[in-house]
Amino acid sequence: MIRVVLPAHLRALARIDGEVKLDVAGQVTQCSVLDALEERYPMLRGTIRNHDGGKRRAFIRFFACEQDLSHQPPDTPLPAAVAAGAEPYLIVGAMAGG
Amino acid sequence: MSGVRVLVGTRKGAFVLTSDGKRQEWDVSGPHFAGWEIYHVKGSPADPDRLYASQSSSWSGQVIQRSDDGGQSWEPVDNKFSYDGVPGTHQWYDGTPHPWEFARVWHLEPSLDDPDTVYAGVEDAGLFKSADGGRSWQELAALRGHDSGPSWQPGAGGMCLHTIILDPATPGRMFAAISAAGAFRSDDAGQSWTPINHGLQSEGIPDPDAEVGHCVHRIAMHPSRPSVLYMQKHWDVMRSDDAGGSWHEISGNLPTDFGFPIDVHAHEPDTVYVVPIKSDAEHFPPDGKLRVYRSRTGGDDWEPLTNGLPQEHCYVNVLRDAMAVDALDSCGIYFGTTGGQVYASADAGDSWGPIVRDLPAVLSVEAQTLP
Repeated sequence: MIRVVLPAHLRALARIDGEVKLDVAGQVTQCSVLDALEERYPMLRGTIRNHDGGKRRAFIRFFACEQDLSHQPPDTPLPAAVAAGAEPYLIVGAMAGG
Repeated sequence: MSGVRVLVGTRKGAFVLTSDGKRQEWDVSGPHFAGWEIYHVKGSPADPDRLYASQSSSWSGQVIQRSDDGGQSWEPVDNKFSYDGVPGTHQWYDGTPHPWEFARVWHLEPSLDDPDTVYAGVEDAGLFKSADGGRSWQELAALRGHDSGPSWQPGAGGMCLHTIILDPATPGRMFAAISAAGAFRSDDAGQSWTPINHGLQSEGIPDPDAEVGHCVHRIAMHPSRPSVLYMQKHWDVMRSDDAGGSWHEISGNLPTDFGFPIDVHAHEPDTVYVVPIKSDAEHFPPDGKLRVYRSRTGGDDWEPLTNGLPQEHCYVNVLRDAMAVDALDSCGIYFGTTGGQVYASADAGDSWGPIVRDLPAVLSVEAQTLP
């Protein structure tokens, strides 16, 4: 079970309270977690990564286990603690804008 | 008694303002989509309970929301706006080629007769259509693919397609306006487009016959006389009597002919409204006085409307999509400001009052006349 934490504005969009818990088949990577997230909540498509090519949106960051994973290739395995559900995968809106 | 629903898009959410036909007491609902920029909310003329909203943020991009109950509940629909084919380039501010990149939806224009059909004007300038209630979008690529497309340049606010007008009398005829490419007309439902900018004069464009490059801020049309168009250009208020074939200036005695919105009285095709703004550098009313100007002669002769509007220390702006009219017997006029006020007049502009005073900066205002 993968735990995912979304920023407040995306929780509101998807009508989610608290953490999302996802079953991810196969290797747990950023890409496979986001695929599973968008499968369950289609309204999140295009809001975290672009429709075309899946590139991370500029003001969205990915954190887990006190690491910034934003610049890692999407197929990089996530930390074991995330894959085991011990730590959440954090999708964060960058502190920018107004 | 019939009523009015005013749909307000702001920098931090949408608000729905409703009243009966007297338009004295208002119910305020919102913020909907709190924290998101709502560039535009508009209802279907064929089904007033069908609303579409453009919701966006710099963090998470574009969302389109749809309501089937007049704004009480909303459902996110498709947000994938993919340019048709290889997008190519337009000109950047410095004149170099720049790839077409989708940024946001500025304007949503529902079909006149089908609630499931809606058009979207986007930045970078393109026109999209959905025929399934927003569940999928396809580009009407002939507009962006016009021969002049690679020469279009953005205005200061981005290269946005901000105005879409559907002609109720001539099937297939529609108008679009782009900052800073100009105005365009299609007579075949968007399959081909003609620039309609003859007669526009713009400082900074040395060629007086330039086909494109004009910073059109807004176009308005009265449905009973669709061959007459009114335009608020960056500078100059203009009129066309031949569906955009040519334009002539009607700024007349306006204190300044810079501004953003322009609209037409619901029952008087020659009664036009603008909000003069001091200049392109000073986006506020002249002399700190918020004045709507009304012409009852189709332009040239304008009168200031001030009753109930602040006449000192007012330095707000009124953006291009932030004025609307209702269709009640005594025509209602509405506009929103960057200071968060939404003003209403139930007597065609003779007197005004605020519906709300302290919203986030208002980006758009639409009015629905309810049965």
